[in-house]
Amino acid sequence: MINIPSTIKISVRALRVNKMRSALTMLGIIIGVGAVITMLAVGTGARQKIGEQIASMGSNLLIVLPGATTSGGARMGAGSQMTLSMGDAEAILKECPAVQTVAPNLGGVAQVISGNQNWSTGVTGTTPGMLVVRDWQISEGRSFTDDDVRGATKVCLLGQTVVENLFGSIYSIGQVVRIKNVPFTVIGVLDRKGQSPNGQDQDDTIWIPVTTAQKKIFGTTFPGMVRIVMVKARSTEDLPAAEEQIKELLRQRHRIGQKQDDDFTVRNLTQMMQAAEQSARIMALLLGSIAGVSLLVGGIGIMNIMLVSVTERTREIGIRMAVGAKTWDIRLQFLIEALILSLIGGGIGILFGVSGSQVLSTIAGWPTIVSPFSIFLAFSFSGVVGIFFGFYPAMKASLLDPIEALRYE
Amino acid sequence: MPLIEINDISKIYRLGDIDVNALNSVSINIDKGEFVAIMGQSGSGKSTFMNILGCLDKPTSGRYSLEGVDVAGLTRDELAAIRNKKIGFVFQGFNLLSRTSALENVELPMLYNGLPARDRKGRAAAALDKVGLSGRENHHPNQLSGGQQQRVAIARALVNEAPLILADEPTGNLDTKTSTEIMELFVRLNAESNITVILVTHEHDIAAFSKRTMKFLDGRVVSDSPTIKL
Ligand SMILES: Nc1ncnc2c1ncn2[C@@H]1O[C@H](COP(=O)(O)OP(=O)(O)OP(=O)(O)O)[C@@H](O)[C@H]1O
Ligand SMILES: [Mg+2]
Repeated sequence: MINIPSTIKISVRALRVNKMRSALTMLGIIIGVGAVITMLAVGTGARQKIGEQIASMGSNLLIVLPGATTSGGARMGAGSQMTLSMGDAEAILKECPAVQTVAPNLGGVAQVISGNQNWSTGVTGTTPGMLVVRDWQISEGRSFTDDDVRGATKVCLLGQTVVENLFGSIYSIGQVVRIKNVPFTVIGVLDRKGQSPNGQDQDDTIWIPVTTAQKKIFGTTFPGMVRIVMVKARSTEDLPAAEEQIKELLRQRHRIGQKQDDDFTVRNLTQMMQAAEQSARIMALLLGSIAGVSLLVGGIGIMNIMLVSVTERTREIGIRMAVGAKTWDIRLQFLIEALILSLIGGGIGILFGVSGSQVLSTIAGWPTIVSPFSIFLAFSFSGVVGIFFGFYPAMKASLLDPIEALRYE
Repeated sequence: MPLIEINDISKIYRLGDIDVNALNSVSINIDKGEFVAIMGQSGSGKSTFMNILGCLDKPTSGRYSLEGVDVAGLTRDELAAIRNKKIGFVFQGFNLLSRTSALENVELPMLYNGLPARDRKGRAAAALDKVGLSGRENHHPNQLSGGQQQRVAIARALVNEAPLILADEPTGNLDTKTSTEIMELFVRLNAESNITVILVTHEHDIAAFSKRTMKFLDGRVVSDSPTIKL
């Protein structure tokens, strides 16, 4: 039966005798634990933000753009010409097994008027598939249908920002808006989506049937052409297959020979997000190695100080043994001392880590999230370090010969 | 049954090629309630003998039984328990913990036998009172005189009600007057509480407080007789 409260009291007193030394010993643990907390905060924050962005763009999303990414070394701006047609979009849906839905897009900026309000916004001509591709919901009213697309009806869906600017609190469904002076009936309002990964307001938009856009708004010299085709793959695993199938199909349809460059580009947004996640992971890895090294150094520091302490207090140990302290009484005393050092260091480190994460997100703009789990993890880590590195000195103390310890000068 | 039975004990220190016979075939019995003074010139093996009696050290050969228990077969922790319950040490250099109050120094042995904190304080205070130090509970060793420090050490030796007190030159660092006070304390403890006291001294005036005197020479007991009162 070992007297834990008294042992803790003894340990605290011993540590308070050498306040400066104890504080310096904790430094390694403080830095290590601080880095662990920051690392986990950066990691979790990045993962969460990227997850949100992917969700807001629509999951498993591929975008087919006209124009080659590179053309014999000279870059032809992707999307500069119109090379994609409605037929391409339909063919992709029909002939690529890895594709779930497609949504051709033809859009541009246009002046929109309703009553005496007017607003300049992005108008996108598309198909009902757009809602699926972008994982977007209708909050009021209804979506347009394939019939609307076939008939090129003059109906539109409004984004939340457009609703706010044109109608304020007035009920917008059934109202008429004039896009480039063509009257459209509002049949639905899109859910709020927020900012896109590159900081654009995704709610500042109007959707109309793609055919209407072709005929009435963005009349083009090539009828039936669209600017881009958005594609949703069946699953994340199907993304690479979908990309390959689309490329092959379009090369066939556009009659592109073996040696020729593609006149289109397929972009995988999920991959772009993963690249962003990768850089967050590298940051976390960097912080992780700082954490590892300083915890190791901190642990060695604790071991070093505990060894010094055991030597300094050899006589005290001898006295305790003479009056009946058993092996584990002595061992526990020094273990608890090491543990207190590392846990206090850990506690301070957590404070530093939490504020460090906040500083990082305000200064560097990284999203950081300090989870209770990471605090628990860091705290237990510091405890493990204390016990691990305190064990050898404690062992050494407990195995001293009582006579020699008493005689120690 | 004698409290202490020593049978043919030897202690040999090996220093390089030379063997030092610190104790050479010592056999002795000490009964409960005795007051023994051990004398002998420097290096004659007195401290070595005391350390073996106190279960701090083990003999090279021979048998030592305390209260009928042969200590040779005991583990480290069993020996620690014996030191805790049966033996009180008083050292020449006091051996108190610095930066620790008198009361806490006296509490020390009770930390290692699971006594609850409430009982510890009371018993430590009572032991300090017994050695005439009530009112000094919160003094630290460096705030006490040598005699007072040795009283704290004696209180610590008493607090677990050990039947045996071993004192190696307890008055070695004290002046004559203080030495007499300390010796009177031992006499009183021996008479009133029937505690067995074994002490080492170089001075005849100190040995005179005892009832039995043993003389050591070169690791042997050369005389063992009732103390001659001056
Ligand atoms: N740890 C040791 N290693 C080697 N020799 C030792 C050790 N301890 C004691 N000795 C030797 O054993 C002998 C007895 O020593 P001990 O300390 O018992 O003498 P003592 O009678 O107590 O002397 P004093 O009166 O000076 O205290 C001495 O010759 C000493 O040198
Ligand atoms: Mg001696």
